[in-house]
Amino acid sequence: MKAWLTALFAIITRENLRFVRQRGRFLAALVRPLVWLLVFAAGFRAALGVSIIPPYQTYITYEVYILPGLCGMIQLFNGMQSSLSLVYDQEMGSMRLLLTSPLPRWWLLFSKLLAGVIVSILQVMVFLGLAALTGIDLPPLGYLAVLPALLLSGLMLGAFGLVISSTIRQLENFAGVMNFVIFPMFFLSSALYPLWKMAESSPLLRDICAYNPFTHAVELIRFALYGQINLEALAWVSCCFVVFMLAAVWGYDPARAMLRGRGR
Amino acid sequence: MKGLEISHVGYRYGERKALDDVSFNVEPGRFCALLGPNGAGKSTLFALLTRLIVADEGTINVAGFDIAQTPRAALARIGVVFQQPTLDLDMTVRRNLRYFAGLHGLSGRSAAMAIDRALAQLGMAERADELVRALNGGHRRRMEIARALVHQPEILLLDEATVGLDAASRQAITDHVHQLAESGLAVLWATHLVDEIAMSDQVVVLHRGRVLSNGPAAALAGDRSLAKAFLAMTADGTEATA
Repeated sequence: MKAWLTALFAIITRENLRFVRQRGRFLAALVRPLVWLLVFAAGFRAALGVSIIPPYQTYITYEVYILPGLCGMIQLFNGMQSSLSLVYDQEMGSMRLLLTSPLPRWWLLFSKLLAGVIVSILQVMVFLGLAALTGIDLPPLGYLAVLPALLLSGLMLGAFGLVISSTIRQLENFAGVMNFVIFPMFFLSSALYPLWKMAESSPLLRDICAYNPFTHAVELIRFALYGQINLEALAWVSCCFVVFMLAAVWGYDPARAMLRGRGR
Repeated sequence: MKGLEISHVGYRYGERKALDDVSFNVEPGRFCALLGPNGAGKSTLFALLTRLIVADEGTINVAGFDIAQTPRAALARIGVVFQQPTLDLDMTVRRNLRYFAGLHGLSGRSAAMAIDRALAQLGMAERADELVRALNGGHRRRMEIARALVHQPEILLLDEATVGLDAASRQAITDHVHQLAESGLAVLWATHLVDEIAMSDQVVVLHRGRVLSNGPAAALAGDRSLAKAFLAMTADGTEATA
């Protein structure tokens, strides 16, 4: 068991050191949601009024509404990036190195996943700090209560990224993943607009949003930011994590055909 | 026998047979060159030996452990140097090795000692605290070999480890690895360059997924040069060079 934890710690340390040293990646991860928050949300504030819905107890500005969605967006990008980098760039080599470790493969994948999630939580906390500086603050307890929610949503999104990286080879680069995975997941969710608002224009789209795991990740984060638990979202995100993780372990099983052609 | 035992291994990519009935052994203390033109199946064999993929047929025994039955025990006894560099360039040599030691369950003092020992073996001790980015290609490769030795494996696998290096670095690394074999490791060295092979080495010639010959380099060469013998054997394997 000690060897398992040693490996987990080594993987987490490496991932965090790499992240801290890649300042460009750190800045990009922050600039993206900040542009949404400070430019997009400011522009839409007048167009979109958000009425009182849980967990909010008063009328809120649009910036406040999309804050949890942007936290989710950071994790979505991070999850996709760290999983897909395994396949597309020099990281394939380090994935090979990782998989030569004499530990169960599922544990190695989980460790890699957890390491990426910790990086994403750091990003989100810095983002929330910057948002607070611009006046979009939360109940103090929310900054603490959101941590377990971010852990679970990050694991779910990261596991989804692992599934994508182990199965879909047609997505040749990150732009493809942006178009076919990240954007649909982000826009077809409650990140930018509440579902009742979506239902006004299209009940079908609302239903799609309601089945999107990312919607539930966002809602889990949204409620946690106000010190509350959204049980439905919690159940959805937990179940999706288990399903995606099992699929990822299956996809990376050396006896399966998924890695055929990549072993060369 | 311990060391590496490969028997009747086969692997397909769809319809194409990448490896067909491949069998050979590498005993401890031997330097075995796996010689074959590009596309012969060397990298596929390495993927099987490191359990990146699993063989369709046959068995692979690593230091007495069947890689299909007891993969973790087998992997714990293998050190690998991949063809593509797998280094974190913006971290120090020691930090890179510490990560690898962690993957093998080594931490704290035992990891530090294992890292110092491995670096000393490759003459890299004084570079431990340099950033990998600052090292030249030859030293980076040496560092990867040192990394592969951190957990004291019994088998060392190197997949075209000298690709992209200048002649002097190539020579130095080839010599180093020959010394490692003399110290008791079973070494499997995949290459398509015959000048990396000493006449006393074991040579397995792999061509189109099949083993064409297996024996001492001197016997394979006969009264010709090794390069000529190899070219004659793999008539269309024109990428082999002397």
